[in-house]
Amino acid sequence: MKAVLDLIIGDPHADRAVPPTGLTARLTVFAACVMAFLAVIALALSLSAGRVADRWADDLAQSATLRLPADPAQADALLLSALEVLQTTPGVASARALSPQEQQALLEPWFGPDLPLDTLPIPQLVEVIADDTGYDAAGLRARLSGQVPGAVLDDHSNWREPLLAAASRVRLIGWCVILLIGAVVAAMITLAAQASLNANAQVIRVLRLVGARDVYIARAFVRRFTLRAGLGAVGGVILGLLALQLIPQDEDVGGLLTNIGFQGAGWLWPLVIPPLSAIVAFVATRAAAFARLKEQT
Amino acid sequence: MIELDKVSYGYGGTALFSQLSLSLAPGSFHFLTGPSGAGKTTLLRLCYADLLAMGGQVRLFGQDAAQLDRDAVALARRRIGVVHQDCQFLDHLSVAENIALPLTVANRANEAAGNLEELLTWVGLGPQAGQLPPELSGGERQRAALARAVIMSPDVIIADEPTGNVDWDMAQRLLTLLVELNKMGKAVLIATHDMNMIRSLKSDVQASVLRLKDGQLTQAGAAL
Repeated sequence: MKAVLDLIIGDPHADRAVPPTGLTARLTVFAACVMAFLAVIALALSLSAGRVADRWADDLAQSATLRLPADPAQADALLLSALEVLQTTPGVASARALSPQEQQALLEPWFGPDLPLDTLPIPQLVEVIADDTGYDAAGLRARLSGQVPGAVLDDHSNWREPLLAAASRVRLIGWCVILLIGAVVAAMITLAAQASLNANAQVIRVLRLVGARDVYIARAFVRRFTLRAGLGAVGGVILGLLALQLIPQDEDVGGLLTNIGFQGAGWLWPLVIPPLSAIVAFVATRAAAFARLKEQT
Repeated sequence: MIELDKVSYGYGGTALFSQLSLSLAPGSFHFLTGPSGAGKTTLLRLCYADLLAMGGQVRLFGQDAAQLDRDAVALARRRIGVVHQDCQFLDHLSVAENIALPLTVANRANEAAGNLEELLTWVGLGPQAGQLPPELSGGERQRAALARAVIMSPDVIIADEPTGNVDWDMAQRLLTLLVELNKMGKAVLIATHDMNMIRSLKSDVQASVLRLKDGQLTQAGAAL
């Protein structure tokens, strides 16, 4: 903690030993700002993808739909048989036949509100809710094929799994992007620090002549670049959060694009970016400074 | 304090000198003379570990210079005041800040105030204290370099042509400063071409005059 405070407060004498370099300073701040902005966006995408994936998993993992053949003569018998099978299947918490109104509501987006449902051979749908342990879908299908011919059990796995896999990949890519951004920040800070060290070779010679230790010389450069990277990242985070506010949000839609942003404890993540940026700059500049000072022995 | 024991050095495969020995004991005063290119500046740089000997051994305060790490060299240099021929400064700092730099890097900046004012007055740079080094004349730069070299009251003072660009009166004033420090037990080594300067100090200090020529270091005092 003391080392962090020393780094922030600094030694005004040591700081003055190295002349301010305007262009390097501005470029470092700008680069850190841009990278932090991109990191916020990547972080928001990654966290949002995670949330959407979790929601889909929660919503769909425990529900399934049983579709019975559209045979008006056998409809009631098929429904009774199906409910009996379902109610005696371990792992099924409840099974309920959808009412005509509910089925009409499901078809309404395609056929409009005036569809004469009773005149059409509409298959009866049964909502199946699994308990926490879940049921054996393959076993249930086998039993249904024997006792309710023509019944089709849709446990949503056909389309849920690819969506979950895609959301998971988006989340992974988001974290990879954040790692790459960190690496780019380190590379840019290293280059800027090396340029600054080269430009100040004469300063280093004089400081050594009067007995300055490497750590004293390095500290002036390290502190400068660490603070620049930290300050630039603060600006980038603020701009990133403002940019996220420009994206329309709609929780009800439930899609990825309308849910990009931070929620709950996720808001803490952007706050981590400036200190992380400063730490990356600290490590990169320190390594560059000591390597350069060793070369210049 | 600084000992060169059978030291050799050269550039581009050509030996500048070899088997050269020299001891800077506390309270000693040495002048180093010799023709241009004889290796005077090289010899001085060996004395403060700016160069490492190719053969033999340089000992700084009892330690083999070749074995010292960079931090140890830095600490040794705090005990050695150096005046370069080309007087390098930090051009963005004022003259006063440059002179106080050895104290600053040793975290003793709070000791600078009193010493600095006295020293600036002694070397005649009081009015220029706030100026930047590029604004100084050659002579003023030499005086500032000497002030910077002695502000820490080092054990050894090594100066390369410290009075080359100053007038006779100022040269005498600067040399008086070195003599006074020598009387306090500091070792002084001055490389110079100026035989008049050496003669002028004969009555004030017990100095040894060394001559570096053709790779050999000889005592020249008897010839003066």
